[in-house]
Amino acid sequence: MTDATELLRRTRDLLAAHPPATTGRTDFLKARFDAGLAWVHYPEGLGGLDAPRSLQGVVDTALAEAGAPDNDPRRIGIGLGMAAPTILAYGTEEQKRRFLRPLWVGEEVWCQLFSEPGAGSDLAALGTRAVREGDTWVVNGQKVWTSSAHVARWAILIARTDPDLPKHRGITYFLCDMTDPGVEVRPLRQITGEAEFNEVFLTDVRIPDAHRLGEVGDGWKVAQTTLNNERVAIGGARIPREGGMIGPVSRTWRERPELRSHDLHQRLLDLWVDAEVARLTGERLRQQLVAGQPGPEGSGMKLAFARLNQAISGLEVELLGEEGLLYGDWTMRRPEHVDFTGRDAGYRYLRSKGNSIEGGTSEVLLNIVAERVLGLPSEPRNDKDVAWKDLAR
Amino acid sequence: MTDLLYSEAEGDLRAAVRSLLADRAAPAGLTGRVEDTGAHDAALWQALAADMGAAGLLVPEKLGGQGASHREAAVVLEELGRAVTPVPYLTSSVVATETLLAAGVGELAGELAGGRKVAVLAVPLSAGPGHDPTATATVTGVADAARADVLLVVRPDGLYAVDAADATIVPQTPLDLTRPLAAVTADGGGTRLADAGTARAAVRRGLLAGAGLLASEQLGVAEWCLEETVRHTRERHQFNRPVGSFQSLKHRMAQLWLEVVNARAAARNAADALATGSPEAPLAVAVAQVYCSRVAVHAAEECVQLHGGIGMTWEHPAHLYLKRAKSDQIALGSAGQHKRALADLVDLPAPA
Repeated sequence: MTDATELLRRTRDLLAAHPPATTGRTDFLKARFDAGLAWVHYPEGLGGLDAPRSLQGVVDTALAEAGAPDNDPRRIGIGLGMAAPTILAYGTEEQKRRFLRPLWVGEEVWCQLFSEPGAGSDLAALGTRAVREGDTWVVNGQKVWTSSAHVARWAILIARTDPDLPKHRGITYFLCDMTDPGVEVRPLRQITGEAEFNEVFLTDVRIPDAHRLGEVGDGWKVAQTTLNNERVAIGGARIPREGGMIGPVSRTWRERPELRSHDLHQRLLDLWVDAEVARLTGERLRQQLVAGQPGPEGSGMKLAFARLNQAISGLEVELLGEEGLLYGDWTMRRPEHVDFTGRDAGYRYLRSKGNSIEGGTSEVLLNIVAERVLGLPSEPRNDKDVAWKDLAR
Repeated sequence: MTDLLYSEAEGDLRAAVRSLLADRAAPAGLTGRVEDTGAHDAALWQALAADMGAAGLLVPEKLGGQGASHREAAVVLEELGRAVTPVPYLTSSVVATETLLAAGVGELAGELAGGRKVAVLAVPLSAGPGHDPTATATVTGVADAARADVLLVVRPDGLYAVDAADATIVPQTPLDLTRPLAAVTADGGGTRLADAGTARAAVRRGLLAGAGLLASEQLGVAEWCLEETVRHTRERHQFNRPVGSFQSLKHRMAQLWLEVVNARAAARNAADALATGSPEAPLAVAVAQVYCSRVAVHAAEECVQLHGGIGMTWEHPAHLYLKRAKSDQIALGSAGQHKRALADLVDLPAPA
């Protein structure tokens, strides 16, 4: 068992052998990966030491204090948060060795080719087709809401390999080379004016069978690993009091007495309490996880986050009055990072509208709470035993 | 007795405006050009304001107008709201026109009525009926100033008409691209139209009419959002059925319908009270603004959400309605300001 003492010893060894001051960033990150200090809960040889995940902070803190570079997790979030756990869970030894190191180091950025124009909440209805030709799969279709597609080297992709089976059973999971000539990435402009996401058109993209992840027809099961990690990533960050959306509006209230009104005061206090309570719920959830008592409360975190972000930013625009009628900049840009709380109130108001849509709509998440947490019966369904090709669309 | 219905003539007017906008200014076409200075379409304005006579609805016939009333102008605004049309109707044909008429300045009102000129009152779009213009060199957030020929400027000694060419007009970046904003500096020159006392009352009257008829624009915004959401959720299939067949979504749209029904009554009440010069007009306007601004925002927010991903794209016009609804919530007085006015009018004072 690798404990904190052992991890600190290995960290000191790494720093001694590769002093950050004189080691190139990528070289240092590769050495860190090879020392098993990248993600300590991963297996030995794949950047980890089979240590408890909760000890990661020990390594991160020690390295940060020594001035070591990190792997810029914001830039490679999809790879770290979604592709990596799925490859770890379902990949062949060869796939794990090929992909995890450049993914963690940041040499290869990943994106996610899941959602389609006709398959959002009902992702399992996706229509992108993959047809086998010997040792190769030929893929045709359109994906949408793909962050980082324009900078990604690889994609996790789910595609339909058997349209005659019910929708959940005819899907296969692939690792797609984004430099294939059949991959076309177009920016998708959103209501904020910028294009954080892309549309990806796949035309006769050729994927070797060696880049299939999991068995043929098992893609839906494999994708659950990815999606569960996505919701954790979206709802799970730890925040201080007045972190997140409530921060800017509270500061404005304090600094700008001329904007205050009774009407807005009561609404602000209601939202402040809601935000503080949501923060405490998140903190309690983390304590439960550390204590080994995971509860169902996590299902509600993303719901609360979406509702609060929208209500608070809406109030903030109203509070600003005449200034709330203005917007910073409509210029079409392609930002590298998702930014929920940055820029001006108008941006926050518009961007937060996506919080209840992206990564599972609030409607779908409420159904999950009702059915999986409360145990209520699901709605009658007529799509589970029908061949995908016979579904209404 | 307040008439809360639409007359046959109002129905005909609505049909004509809707037909014009469907031909010339469909919302789906707006998203591609809305960044070009608010997509101002001079030919469309000519057709609406002059050819159809919509700019002159509030102006008596003897001054060159149509001799109609706020009821008809409200119908025009419902349609302009339904199409988020970027024309200076609310600013020029309602607020500026009403201000001029209240100040007894018939000649300029007649020019506006004929669609020959566009005038805007140089106050921030956020200014409500209780607004007391302070004489500052520069007024920010003035709606449609960049397309105005004449600016109505309040100075300590009265109301002035300043030629736009003699003012400095610097465009600002608005949240609602379909209603351009600008900072206006017009601190010299111009023609004095009214003395200070008359000006104050006239501006108040203009902003009251603007706030009252804005409710009809908000009604139109909400109506489009509901109709488009119903249409989309009937057609969009997920889980082998139309998403609109899910009860949780149906109930939300049914709830919106209830709000739209109420908004229509409130907006008609305000329009009729303004048209008849009712002493209840300030109360009717406050009620309509508090209620309709909330409904428009709610409808637009539900429209984006119930469209799912496509509602978050620039390509789909839903965002134009969201931005209009959110800006309208601030325009011509916030809900909080209208509630304060209402509290006085109906004797429900705030706690001491």
